[in-house]
Amino acid sequence: MSARVGVVTFPGSLDDRDAARAVRLAGGEPVGLWHDDAALGRVDAVFLPGGFSYGDALRCGAIARFSQVMDTVKAAAAQGMPVLGVCNGFQVLCESHLLPGALVRNAHLRYRNRPARLRVETSRTAWTRLYQPGSEVVFPAKHGEGRYVADEAVLDELEANGRVVFRYLDNPNGSMRDIAGVTNEAGNVVGLMPHPEHAVDELTGPSTDGLGIVASVLAHLTGAVDTSGVSR
Amino acid sequence: MARVVVDVMLKSEILDPQGEAVLGALPRLGVNDVSSVRIGKRVEIEFDENAQNVEEQSRVIADQLLANPVIESFSLSIEGA
Repeated sequence: MSARVGVVTFPGSLDDRDAARAVRLAGGEPVGLWHDDAALGRVDAVFLPGGFSYGDALRCGAIARFSQVMDTVKAAAAQGMPVLGVCNGFQVLCESHLLPGALVRNAHLRYRNRPARLRVETSRTAWTRLYQPGSEVVFPAKHGEGRYVADEAVLDELEANGRVVFRYLDNPNGSMRDIAGVTNEAGNVVGLMPHPEHAVDELTGPSTDGLGIVASVLAHLTGAVDTSGVSR
Repeated sequence: MARVVVDVMLKSEILDPQGEAVLGALPRLGVNDVSSVRIGKRVEIEFDENAQNVEEQSRVIADQLLANPVIESFSLSIEGA
């Protein structure tokens, strides 16, 4: 039986259907989760998609943090369940303190919508274990508030412990140290601004590099690859 | 009835591109002697008639929701408590 990946829909989510499609194309079984679901319905991993949850009221991700589903996601993440946040999902993970730092207005104030070249910095996460560290991928980026910020001590800690997962090769938003994605200490929670779920089909995306994200978590869940170094 | 005003500002070390954009527009107004503009949020909260612990509750609201302590700081002022 293929692994079940929950895709959360908040009011204002946009990319939940693409996320579900990416899960399916990579060989997983997508399971729709609603923002006020208190139960995760026996999913093996959770994908928080992009969009504008709760209309980005107050700050991106600030209201979603208090949704029912996030209480459950937080508890599951603490037990090692793989959780991925893309774009608004990344913002929700930062607001929920599952990942360090914050995402603020792009330095140039413009909405940026174009493919982003990224370097995969580590394969020691549940969501990147099938990538070669140092390899380049292209995922579409589309955001107005994607500038990653954290204080210097936090950034140093992330760098020292291999917790920067993706770095921009052409920084599109002014993110500190070109950071596009980070992970938690255990490596099961990953957030990034660019969209791997839009890079799963030659017809509609700039590459198919994004398939490796879901493929990685499926491999992680079935133990198909060596998972030492990532807590389950 | 207690009325609480919360001011939320980006921390000084965080670049505020909106403030920079406003600063850049000032010479067009003929104003040339401004060195910095920072933009924040003002939030006005009105508590119920018999609300208790207004300051404590306001602090919880500001600290856990209105401001993200990673990037923002806040100040509270309470009127008519």
